[in-house]
Amino acid sequence: MTTTLSNPAFEINFAQDQATIVLTGEWTLDHGRRLEGIMRQLPVSLGEVRKASLDLKRLDRLDTLGARVIEQISHRLGSDGVKVEMQDASERHLTLIGAVRHRNEPVVPPRRSRLVELLADVGQTVVHAGQDLVRGISFIGEVVVAIGRVMLRPASFRWASLVTQLELIAFRGAPIIILITFLVGCIVAQQGIFQLRRFGATAFVVDLVGIITLRELALLLCAIMVAGRSGSAFTAEIGSMKMREEIDALRVMGLNPVDVLVVPRILALIIAMPILSFLASMAGLFGAGLVSWIYGGIAPETFLSRLQSVINYRHFSVGLIKAPFMAVVIGAIACIEGLNVKGSAESLGQQVTASVVKSIFMVIVLDGLFAMFFASIRF
Amino acid sequence: MDASPQADQDLIIKVRDLVVAFGEKTILDGLSLDVRRGEILGFVGGSGTGKSVLTRAILGLVEKQGGTISVFGTDLDSVSEAGKRDLEKRWGVMFQHGALFSSLTVAQNIQVPMREYLDLSPTMMNDLAALKIEMVGLRPDAGDKFPSELSGGMIKRAALARALALDPEIVFLDEPTSGLDPIGAADFDELIRTLQQTLGLTVFMVTHDLDSLASSCDRIAALADKKVVAVGELKDMLASTHPWVKSYFRGKRALARMKG
Repeated sequence: MTTTLSNPAFEINFAQDQATIVLTGEWTLDHGRRLEGIMRQLPVSLGEVRKASLDLKRLDRLDTLGARVIEQISHRLGSDGVKVEMQDASERHLTLIGAVRHRNEPVVPPRRSRLVELLADVGQTVVHAGQDLVRGISFIGEVVVAIGRVMLRPASFRWASLVTQLELIAFRGAPIIILITFLVGCIVAQQGIFQLRRFGATAFVVDLVGIITLRELALLLCAIMVAGRSGSAFTAEIGSMKMREEIDALRVMGLNPVDVLVVPRILALIIAMPILSFLASMAGLFGAGLVSWIYGGIAPETFLSRLQSVINYRHFSVGLIKAPFMAVVIGAIACIEGLNVKGSAESLGQQVTASVVKSIFMVIVLDGLFAMFFASIRF
Repeated sequence: MDASPQADQDLIIKVRDLVVAFGEKTILDGLSLDVRRGEILGFVGGSGTGKSVLTRAILGLVEKQGGTISVFGTDLDSVSEAGKRDLEKRWGVMFQHGALFSSLTVAQNIQVPMREYLDLSPTMMNDLAALKIEMVGLRPDAGDKFPSELSGGMIKRAALARALALDPEIVFLDEPTSGLDPIGAADFDELIRTLQQTLGLTVFMVTHDLDSLASSCDRIAALADKKVVAVGELKDMLASTHPWVKSYFRGKRALARMKG
């Protein structure tokens, strides 16, 4: 094998109205650009000849690209009305050139105008959003029916799966959720004290932190964390099962994937969310109390007695009432997205992203609706 | 198995006394094998005996504990990073399940190595991809499809097209006909034969398929007891006295095939 690379080139010898084109060097992939140059240049430099013969005798190497270029050149010359013939080509070169002749014309996809595409995109997005909503509602219906079946025949329920999910969602998730709400409690208290100090109303920080943590903050942070931690895991688990046809395997065994995979997960979320939300509230209040003591000079006894007079059972229950609803939203979105995964790894990634984004968005929308509802019934 | 010096140049792959072990478990022990330029070598062995391990060791995906492997006359132990890249341009690999990148279309899959190694205009690359798609017998519209939209046989063909993207001198095929129906498998054998002849390829084929072995392989190597126990043409396999080779080539299924 030669180690020196000789560039592909051609020489043209004219004789009357006929030309001999001698191809030299390595007509291979390594010289791609140069060959493309030759492909454009050669027919032009041929001028007005009516007959051309391609001499391949001095060709060092030829691969599919080189063969394709030779084929294209002779095709182009042929369509210009030049008679082309191969000269001194080896058997192997001829087979190769024959093999690279396109039998099918390449298909050119029809182009649409940008404006039409934009409008079509917008329309498609709206239609998809509508379909998502319908699918979500019908899916929740399916889950309710499945839960009904479980209640009628508790023996068929997958308790082991429920316990595993509870461990993953609640037990493993608790430390990070507690830490985050603790920190956010600290920050809200610090900001509250800092601003209220100007009015000499530092003590009101207890009202602020108490109400906001119990009614909104703890639950929202908790729901966002759960959507990110557990929702994404649900989508990925169910999605990869879908990719490997495991869901189909369940179906053909007469098992309903909703019963087997979705119900235990959503029930586990419904149980775990209030617990996590309660833990988060306590951690938030603890953080606020700590900062009030150290930074605001409010003694723990004062903090607690003021908290007792400000907070009543209603504030506490608002957070807990909302929790199971958040759980259903997160669980349903995560499972739907999981079941929507197509064959590719890319689709799995897209679906996991969509699951997290949609559930966080829906959790916040739902929280807003609840705030309006509770305000209007003065709860 | 000693090769004479002038025959040495015609050896694309030379494996000597290869030892591969995973932890305590030795998979290959003192294996030697030659692949000659321009041949189709079929590599057979029972499930789990290390056929794929040998392929992966040659490709550098599995670490070896002993022995030497040289590809195109270059010892893989002494080769530099740049030298390794040059080698990688000269071989193509078709994995058992295709290993097509699922986020790319078939045409983009074929263009991945081209983009990496070559300097070509997009038009030329599209043209070449379309050419490879046609050469492996796929319809032209297959280029715009994603791997998840292809059938098993089409995935195999698309994977072969990607393996051929850089006009390699040798292609490694890992069970090319597994999962194909007999007609599809026969077509695929035929395709490999044709490509080998037109492109002057050397083919290293791991297979279980007796039909492929009989119809398209020039030589066969049988793996048993952690080494190559028999190499040669089909008739040498039939004459072999090794118990595994005997039961493989002269078992019930094999005899039924050979009669037909």
